[in-house]
Amino acid sequence: MLRVEHLSYDVVNDGKRQSILKDVSFEVNDGEMLVITGPNGGGKSTIAKLLMGIYKAAEGDIFLNDIELTKMSIDERAKAGIGFAFQQPPRFKGMTVQRLLNLAAGKELSECVCCKLLSSVGLCAKEYINREVDATLSGGEMKRIEIATVLAKQHDICIFDEPEAGIDLWSFSMLVKQFEEIHKSKKESLLLISHQERIIKMADRVMIIRDGQVEACGAKDEMLKHLAIDSYSSQSCLEQGGAS
Amino acid sequence: MKKDAVTEHILDVIDTAGFQEKGAYNLRYNGQSLCHGDSEHVKIKRKQDKQGIDVFISKEAQGEYIHIPVVVSASGITDIVYNDFYVEEGADVVIAAGCGIHNAGCNDARHDGIHVFHVGKNASVRYEEKHYGEGEGTGQKILNPVTKIYLDENAVFTLDAAQIGGVDSTDRKTEIVMGEGSKLNVMEKLMTHDEQSAVSNMEVKMKGAGSSAQIISRSVAKGNSRQIFHPKAVGEEFCHAHIQCDSIIMDHANVCSIPEIDARHIDSQIIHEAAIGRINSEQLAKLQTMGMTAEKAEEVIIDNFLR
Repeated sequence: MLRVEHLSYDVVNDGKRQSILKDVSFEVNDGEMLVITGPNGGGKSTIAKLLMGIYKAAEGDIFLNDIELTKMSIDERAKAGIGFAFQQPPRFKGMTVQRLLNLAAGKELSECVCCKLLSSVGLCAKEYINREVDATLSGGEMKRIEIATVLAKQHDICIFDEPEAGIDLWSFSMLVKQFEEIHKSKKESLLLISHQERIIKMADRVMIIRDGQVEACGAKDEMLKHLAIDSYSSQSCLEQGGAS
Repeated sequence: MKKDAVTEHILDVIDTAGFQEKGAYNLRYNGQSLCHGDSEHVKIKRKQDKQGIDVFISKEAQGEYIHIPVVVSASGITDIVYNDFYVEEGADVVIAAGCGIHNAGCNDARHDGIHVFHVGKNASVRYEEKHYGEGEGTGQKILNPVTKIYLDENAVFTLDAAQIGGVDSTDRKTEIVMGEGSKLNVMEKLMTHDEQSAVSNMEVKMKGAGSSAQIISRSVAKGNSRQIFHPKAVGEEFCHAHIQCDSIIMDHANVCSIPEIDARHIDSQIIHEAAIGRINSEQLAKLQTMGMTAEKAEEVIIDNFLR
C-alpha cells in the first residue's frame, strides 16, 4: 500500500516562494487503481514526480508497504517497488528500443518478450526493437515505448503520468486493455494521472486536484458525479472518446 | 606464436573480431612486424623502402577478414608505418586494424599509422579501427592516424573508427576521394578524459556523379579534455552527403565542432548537423526510475551513445 501524508511542494520564482502542492494526503491500496485528475497546472504531475523522488517534498511523508520512502533517491524508490512512466519521455541517442527494455526489465529479454511488450502498447514490434530511441521516433511512439518500459518489470505500484497524451485512438484502446489487465490481476497497484473518461471509469477511486490541493477524493461513481456538476468538467477534465 | 599478457589484452580490446594467426594478418609490435600471414586471396608484402606493408586483395576475396593490429608497449618509441591497400574490383573484405599503446614508462609512446586505400570498382571494404591507451607510466600515449581512401566507381567503404579511451593526444587526418556511384559510411566515436586532446580533420571529395556519403561522429569529452572536429564534404557533382556531429560534454571539457559543406555543383545535396550538450537530468532520472544509481545511469548513457 502507498500512503502519502501531508505532502507539500514549493518553488522559488523571482525570489518569492510559491506553493505548488499543499498538504496532500491519500492512499493507494494493494491492487487498487487510483486516478488523479483535475485542471492543468493543478499539481497532478508534481505529485507523481514527488512520489518517484524526481522532486523533493518540502514537507510530508511517503510510505510504500510501511517503508518510508521520503528521503530515498529515485533508484532506491524504484528498487522499493515503484514504476514510473514519464509524461514526456527522454530520448537516448545510440540506445536501441530492445536495450532500453532490457535495462527496464533489469535482465536480458528475448526478442519474443520484447515484441510482446511493444505489441501490447500498439507498436508493430519487429519494426521497432532495433531502432534507436532518438529523434527519429515520433512523440506518440516514444510515449508507447515509455509505457512498455514500465510494463517490462513487475512493480508494487506503477505511476503513469498522462499515458494517453500523444497517443492515437487505436493505440489508446490497446493501452486501456493493458491497464484493465493489470488492474484485473491485482498484482500491481496503479496510479494514473489522466483526463480521459475511459481511464477514469476504470478506476476504483478518483482524486481531483485543483490549485495544489485535494478538492475531492472518493469512489469512481461519486467522483464522476462531482465532475459532472463541476464547471471544470466542461473544460478539460473529461475528454470523452479517444486520446488527447 | 606466444604473446605476453599485455599484448594479449590489447589485442582483445582493439580487435573485437578476435585476432588469430591465420588467414591474412599482420601483427606490428613495437615498431616491427612480429608475424604475418597470407590467405589464398589476400597477400601481404613488407615494404622495402620504408616501414609498412602493401596488402593486395584479389577479387576472389569475398567476406574475408584481414587483421592488422598494432601494439606498442615500449615507452619512448615513435613508430611511423605506411600501409597501402589495393582492393580489386568486386572484392568484399573486412579489415580490422587498430592500435593499442601500453605505456608504463615516463617517455612518450607514439604511433602514426598512414593508411592508403585504393578501392576498385564495385568493391566493398569495411575498415574497423580501434584506438586505445593504457599503462601507469607518466609518458604520453599518442596516436596520429592518417587515412586516405580512393573509391572507384560504385565502390562502398565503411569506416568505423573508435577511440575507446586512454589516448592522451590524437591528431587524425582523413581524406576521401569518391568516384561515380560510390558510397561512404563513416562512424567516428571518441572518448576523451582528464587532460587528453583529440583533433579530427576529414575531407570528403565527391567527385563522381551519384556518389553519397554519410558521416556520423559521436564523442564524449570528460574532465579537462579538448576535442576539435572538422568534417568537410565537397560536392563536385550530383551527390548526396550528410554530416552529423553529436557530442556529450562533461565536467570542464571543451568540444569544438565545425562541420563544413562545400557545394560546387547545382545538384549537390549536402546537409550538416552538429549538437553539443550535457547529459540531461530527464535522461538520468529515467534510468534511475529503472533502479540505477545516477553514476550507473551516466555510464549507461555514455556507453550506448558511443556504441
